[in-house]
Amino acid sequence: MAKKKFVVASFDDEENLFPAVHAVRKAGYKIHDVYTPFPIHGLDHALGLRETSLHTAGFIYGITGTSTALGCMTWIFTSDWPQIYDGKPHFALPAFVPITFELTVLFAAVGMVMTFCWLCQLAPFVKKHIFHPRQTDDLFVMAVECTPSTNVEELKDFFKDKGTVHLEQQEAEAGWWWGRFDREQQIINENAVEVL
Amino acid sequence: MSSLKYESQLREPLVKGSKDYHQITEDIVQPIEIKPGKLWYIGFYIAVTLLLFGVWSIYNDVVYGIGQWNLNKTVGWGWDITNFVWWVGIGHAGTLISAILLLFRQGWRTGVNRAAEAMTIFAVMCAGQFPIWHMGRVWNAFFVLPYPNTRGSLWPNFDSPLLWDVFAISTYFTVSVLFWYTGLLPDFATIRDRAKTKLRKLLYGIASFGWTGSTKHWQRHEALSLVLAGLSTPLVLSVHTIVSFDFATSVIPGWHTTIFPPYFVAGAVFSGFAMVNSLLIIVRKMMNLQDYVTIGHIEAMNKVIVLTGSIVGIAYLSELFVAWYSDNRYEGYEFFYNRANLYSSLGWSYWGMIACNVLSPQIFWFRKMRRNLFVTFFMSIIVNIGMWFERFVIIVASIYRDYIPSAWSVYYHPTVWEIGFYCGTFGLFFTCFFLFSKYFPVIAIAEIKSIAKVSGDNFKWSDKTTEIEQLEPEAFAHEYAH
Repeated sequence: MAKKKFVVASFDDEENLFPAVHAVRKAGYKIHDVYTPFPIHGLDHALGLRETSLHTAGFIYGITGTSTALGCMTWIFTSDWPQIYDGKPHFALPAFVPITFELTVLFAAVGMVMTFCWLCQLAPFVKKHIFHPRQTDDLFVMAVECTPSTNVEELKDFFKDKGTVHLEQQEAEAGWWWGRFDREQQIINENAVEVL
Repeated sequence: MSSLKYESQLREPLVKGSKDYHQITEDIVQPIEIKPGKLWYIGFYIAVTLLLFGVWSIYNDVVYGIGQWNLNKTVGWGWDITNFVWWVGIGHAGTLISAILLLFRQGWRTGVNRAAEAMTIFAVMCAGQFPIWHMGRVWNAFFVLPYPNTRGSLWPNFDSPLLWDVFAISTYFTVSVLFWYTGLLPDFATIRDRAKTKLRKLLYGIASFGWTGSTKHWQRHEALSLVLAGLSTPLVLSVHTIVSFDFATSVIPGWHTTIFPPYFVAGAVFSGFAMVNSLLIIVRKMMNLQDYVTIGHIEAMNKVIVLTGSIVGIAYLSELFVAWYSDNRYEGYEFFYNRANLYSSLGWSYWGMIACNVLSPQIFWFRKMRRNLFVTFFMSIIVNIGMWFERFVIIVASIYRDYIPSAWSVYYHPTVWEIGFYCGTFGLFFTCFFLFSKYFPVIAIAEIKSIAKVSGDNFKWSDKTTEIEQLEPEAFAHEYAH
């Protein structure tokens, strides 16, 4: 991870955001990310992001739960410790349904939330750069990454007529690191010295 | 989650007053940032006192055994299991609001879902206490878990509804907490980014898991919410179904009834919504959130209450009908002598139940009553008393006169420790709820923002709407309704 340069454009209305996203992409600039205080429908498509496969992961976790529950109960009641309860057969499938269902839901939910946190790098003490403190309040913040070939001034001019309420240039760490939000930004790799 | 693309102009706005996004943040976060008022402290201390009384009661129960409660061989399930079923029932509204209403695209859920989900979690925590302490030798509680053990690898009985309960309630609790917490992440980030003090920045920074509001994260968040809602919908129905199996799979007259699952679920929703109403009427006043939890929200919940109240009413009638039609003398004895007979020992609880659950909610057929806060608050208490009676009638009235008259336990009454335990769970519930209302965003900030434009006051009847939408309701009907 390393520091990168960004041009950060903030909008106060999602209606200005969409044309701006479209124009920026058309002009060939690289949008690092758009930060919004609430989910904006269609923004993921406008940014060209692919659909998430979290659903598929959830399905796989669910199936795992189903087979774990059914498999364990069947094994326990037919081979490990067969007992007769209430005159029911050892393999009493209808009586296994409730626990099977509950474990399906449990595995799917827990698995999905953990996958979600893993994919989005969400955990206690994870710190990320906040481009604008109001990006979780009322501003829609677009961070455009400046590559070596980007003309920063030109990019700033480009945003002039796009309805931004705030425009600035920032140098920031793009990834995440372990840290606390009450302290000034600390980037672990900032002072790292190459040994060889 | 913005579940609405367009909302009819004829509908009442869900967010009142002229609010922009920043104002919404201000309104909801401000109560967290200032010191709570006197009322909050008074309420909190009362709750903690009750909680301590509960802890003392449980201490007595553990030291001297559950004989401290007046349980005996005939009435083996008394107040404790009554309270357990009652609390689990109350814990149903939150997930119903957040999951089922999400799938049904009900926009009004956004104003109440956060508080209702919190209430669900606290209610399930209270419910869980009863079966655990009822075990008596509570240090062996882990025996219910299936794990390879040293008792000849003896496993719990997977065919038993009591074990299904263990799985159902622990799953329900876990999934509710996950659903609630993932929804809280963006709102914690909002509080973090506007925090003025270092401590608040630190704590909400930890709690927000480093949420930034990235588009990709929102996309995944929406997918996650939708799937969790899809999973929670059958889950919430399954939980009270399984609780009802505790009774329905037995052979006791009055318990052995196939109608129990839907009947219990309807009753659960009924009492849960009543509890949400009583809490939100206080919270919206205490925290000045009348613009977000509007009379329209209260009215919507009252509609659910009158619907589910009538469903349980039909269930009561069906039980009586089947007891008569089956011509089974034990069923008949149970229903017509033990319950519906006002002059039997516990007849008062049956008729209290009918009055509170079936008759009194009918007042909500009148719009004026549905929109009256005083009536709603009063009714929400009545409904919960009625639902407690229902659980009591089902559990105690079915068993207190055993088959052999010598085993009758007509004079069952709870001891102070049994009542103290119940009061203690109230203490636990309200302690948690007061802390929640002080430190957590009581209303889902991001979700309110996402409906602000389709259902906000200042966007209805504005020039942003099309000509058709600006028509008066009568004119619209005249023009377009055929």
